[in-house]
Amino acid sequence: MSDTTLKPSRASMSAGKRNWLVTAALFAAAVVGSLVVGEGSLVYEIFVSPFLFVVEAPDLFVQVIWEGLVAGTLYALLGLGFVLIFKASGVFNFAQGIMVVFGALSLVGFYAAGIPAILSLLLSIAMMYVLAWTVERVVLRPLVNQDPLILFMATIGLTYFLIGFGEFIFGGEPKTMITEEIGLPSGSYSFDFMGGFVSLQKLDIAAAVIAAILVGCLAVFFNKTKVGRALRAVADDHQAALSVGITLRQIWVIVWFAAGIVALTTGIMWGARSDVSFALQIVALKALPVIILGGLTSIPGAIIGGLIIGISEKLAEFYWGPLVGGSIESWVPYFIALGFLWFRPQGLFGEKIIDRI
Amino acid sequence: MFYRETGQFKTSYRTDQAVFPIKQDAIGIWVLLAILFIVVPLTFNDFWLNSIMIPTLIFSLAAIGLNLLLGYAGQISLGTGGFMGVGAYSCYKLTTIFPDVNILIPILLSGFVAAAVGVLFGIPSLRIKGFYLAIATLASQFFLVWAFGRIEWLYNYNPSGAIEVPTRRIFDIAVTGPHATSMTRYLIILSIVVVLTWVASNLVRGRIGRAWMAIRDMDIAAELIGIKLLQTKLTAFAISSYYAGVAGALMVFMWLGAAEVESFDINHSFLILFMVVIGGSGSLIGSFMGAAFIWVLPIFLRSAPDYIGLEIGAATVEHINFMVVGALIIFFLIVEPNGIARLWQIGKEKLRRWPFPY
Repeated sequence: MSDTTLKPSRASMSAGKRNWLVTAALFAAAVVGSLVVGEGSLVYEIFVSPFLFVVEAPDLFVQVIWEGLVAGTLYALLGLGFVLIFKASGVFNFAQGIMVVFGALSLVGFYAAGIPAILSLLLSIAMMYVLAWTVERVVLRPLVNQDPLILFMATIGLTYFLIGFGEFIFGGEPKTMITEEIGLPSGSYSFDFMGGFVSLQKLDIAAAVIAAILVGCLAVFFNKTKVGRALRAVADDHQAALSVGITLRQIWVIVWFAAGIVALTTGIMWGARSDVSFALQIVALKALPVIILGGLTSIPGAIIGGLIIGISEKLAEFYWGPLVGGSIESWVPYFIALGFLWFRPQGLFGEKIIDRI
Repeated sequence: MFYRETGQFKTSYRTDQAVFPIKQDAIGIWVLLAILFIVVPLTFNDFWLNSIMIPTLIFSLAAIGLNLLLGYAGQISLGTGGFMGVGAYSCYKLTTIFPDVNILIPILLSGFVAAAVGVLFGIPSLRIKGFYLAIATLASQFFLVWAFGRIEWLYNYNPSGAIEVPTRRIFDIAVTGPHATSMTRYLIILSIVVVLTWVASNLVRGRIGRAWMAIRDMDIAAELIGIKLLQTKLTAFAISSYYAGVAGALMVFMWLGAAEVESFDINHSFLILFMVVIGGSGSLIGSFMGAAFIWVLPIFLRSAPDYIGLEIGAATVEHINFMVVGALIIFFLIVEPNGIARLWQIGKEKLRRWPFPY
């Protein structure tokens, strides 16, 4: 039996290797060919000139990588919100994007109403709790055990509702994030690097640090606390969790609240880089390739996926974008994620999808 | 009392397998068609035709397309807007290259271009499933919208970046462009939608439709009973995109008159998805009901404050509109997750036993 099962796998392995060899050979042929054809040809522009540019101006390369890392951190935060909720409740929460806007807007709104910055921050956190509680009570509880697609649609409905509600309360015009009032640094560090210079925004560094702290806190919360254990139990198996006396409803509120805090953090960071407006909610679409790349159920996947997407999207935009007219950032992440999914359909760190009859 | 099949005996397989086995249904559909083809054009004014009937029909067609893929073949796609765009742009290219050809031919042909693109972006469905696939189809959405904006050849190097529909005539009657009356456009759209719906209803009853449903319910089991996944899934993508493409071409040529990239963006895809889910996935009649509901609801909400004499600013109305639509969607999903089509079915069951339910 072992013989018959082993043979095809060995054969497929060698086939895989052959595929890699063929790919490598094609790539080498393209590079050599373009060198022969010379400058100006399309192949040359795609395969050679960007890499030459990297070598010529390493400072720009580092700068682009840094931009990618920063964007990647924000994508990772966004993706984290998605993954938290998907793990615990199986809901693909499209409303994460509007939750980001909602969190940021309420912070700005409270501050504009004359409440001190720190108190506004606490109030917005309370606001996210109210939101989580309401969502659980009004949307999730009646829809328990429904098809995942129905729950997904319900979160799109929630998105519409929150857009209308937010504009109704806060108004539609863009607002400025109260960056300094809540103690975020501004300005930038610049330093010389291999003949050029690289500049790092202090805000971006702070964002990365805060994201790291947040992820660390979540990890401790998940692994060391009683509630965290319950959360992991729910994520593993709803029915088993119920049968040992874990209250699903409570867990859902906690998990949506956690996602809300992540959303608030994302909103502050993103809002500090640009304005706080409803246009921000489309950043949710930026996080989607991240989570499928990392795996819908994996927190480390969201982080690593975010960084991969962030860096590769900026590199693609900077080095290959001009070839096709720019702003390819909108679709490149999806194609990168597709490329990864082709080999791992469950994402890099997702639970293996097992099909049974 | 009136709606029951008592006394309608089926004496051949043909009658037993008819689309509408109950006679009242068959009569009902003819009456409905008569109303749509004769009464509506005679009585409705331009506003009703242009802002309610025509868009509802076009969106119904797109919703049928998505429904074939989602409700029958079980593959989630969030790229409908992009495929509609492919239909619209290819129709535009075809009719500007061959200006003398009857406009209906480019409209119907443009669906094939959309189908080809749909197959291309359907290939990942062989490996990727569920939400992973849903997000993967967004790749097509974003890539296509980007391509519409960047490839100048697609809009004939028009400086505004938009496609403007030229006037085309059939038998000296303007059917597209600014001179076409809404009644002509309505009748043409209605005919195309009726024919394509008829095709779809027969497709899903036949071998292809059954293979789709087998894959929807469990694709491994379907594979084991000898359904070829590759072919069947790609056929689903092709036919679904064909419908979306024709709907897109109709939308631009017969309704909007001009279109920019924004007409095919992601919100558009979600709109169609809503129509399918609210209407009832896996139901053709649900596609019509969903399209009508989702399209008419905001129009109704916008004009509601005027009727009851409330003075509210336009912006506020828009905000409340968003809230109400969102809340109603959630409400609908809670009350009837299987969509309006299910309500319709329940109503029919009740009607059969009325007035003496047992």
